[in-house]
Amino acid sequence: MSATVITVTSGKGGVGKTTTTANLAVALAAGGQKVVCIDGDIGLRNLDVILGLENRIVYDLVDVVEGRCRLKQAMIRDKRLQELYLIPAAQTRDKNAVSPSDMVRLTDDLREEFDWILIDSPAGIERGFRNSVAPADTVLVVTNPEVSAVRDADRIIGLIESEEKGPAKLILNRVNQEMVKRGDMLTPADVLELLAVELIGIVPEDDHVIMSSNRGQPVALDPKTRAGTAFHHIARRLKGEDVPFMNLEVKEDIFQKLSRLIRPGGN
Amino acid sequence: MADWLAWLAGKKTTKSAGAAKDRLKLVLINDRTDLTPAELESMKNELLLVISRYIEIDSNAVRIDMTQEGRQQRLLADIPIRAASRRTR
Ligand SMILES: Nc1ncnc2c1ncn2[C@@H]1O[C@H](COP(=O)(O)OP(=O)(O)OP(=O)(O)O)[C@@H](O)[C@H]1O
Ligand SMILES: [Mg+2]
Repeated sequence: MSATVITVTSGKGGVGKTTTTANLAVALAAGGQKVVCIDGDIGLRNLDVILGLENRIVYDLVDVVEGRCRLKQAMIRDKRLQELYLIPAAQTRDKNAVSPSDMVRLTDDLREEFDWILIDSPAGIERGFRNSVAPADTVLVVTNPEVSAVRDADRIIGLIESEEKGPAKLILNRVNQEMVKRGDMLTPADVLELLAVELIGIVPEDDHVIMSSNRGQPVALDPKTRAGTAFHHIARRLKGEDVPFMNLEVKEDIFQKLSRLIRPGGN
Repeated sequence: MADWLAWLAGKKTTKSAGAAKDRLKLVLINDRTDLTPAELESMKNELLLVISRYIEIDSNAVRIDMTQEGRQQRLLADIPIRAASRRTR
């Protein structure tokens, strides 16, 4: 086995990196792959709560790097999916406690045992970003269809290129199809034209994402949800499958239904 | 076509996505080239000044645009030249 290292990053904060990392990990592990995810957001750890593993943390990434524990001791095994592990970030440490070469060494130690190593990067262009990107084989950039998020995505995509980790692949998260339909949200095609990168996934805005994060049960555990389906599709694309992009149709409201009844075929 | 129904429902059709796209196009050019819109403008003007020292150009029909090819920015200039009015030097 030799793992592929996937780093999930973004320019702007809060666009859905941690959500994406957790759900891709779940989707890959549910498909029988052996997955470890690493929280690269030192000082602001979150991947543990999104995965619902926060109560089982004993050691963290910085403990491993500073030799206070063995790598195995910092790996938390998920109880729902047998082949899913988490290495949590330190909550009370500074991001300078870890260097890019520490991350490369750490992932090299893990590669033999796993199919996938997923790294949840902090937003922005500082140390935490460079730590997370250093060991990456593929970098996924998450953005939202919004002016500031797209602008910052462009900047980070450029940086990934100059670090020779490109070309980055894009995940467009929180697409609200109703707003797209009425012309009030950038379409996936608009964003792709602006950023000129390869798209690997479109994730709809979905209340289930927040509901599942409330419970610590990533939405991909329930592939019937629209966001869950989207993450499963991305996981399959990562494995090299050719999965068509899903139709993000929302339930029609009463007026849309009426107008279809009046002019069938129209719309 | 569903517009009148939307109107009946009291919904406004604002179509703000177009504005987002247009604004982003310009912002990304500025970010990628590290040029402000004012610098871009004065670069164009200087360029034309230099060229018109050598040939007579039709300044009304000049087009100098920053275009995008993949993630590569490209400065495209289309500068029509006036028919040579025989040099009188
Ligand atoms: N597709 C979605 N639908 C609805 N809510 C979403 C979706 N994706 C993310 N969210 C919500 O957006 C918020 C931010 O998500 P998340 O924490 O994953 O972002 P992040 O990029 O990791 O943020 P940070 O930069 O702070 O690390 C969360 O409350 C999450 O539940
Ligand atoms: Mg996060």
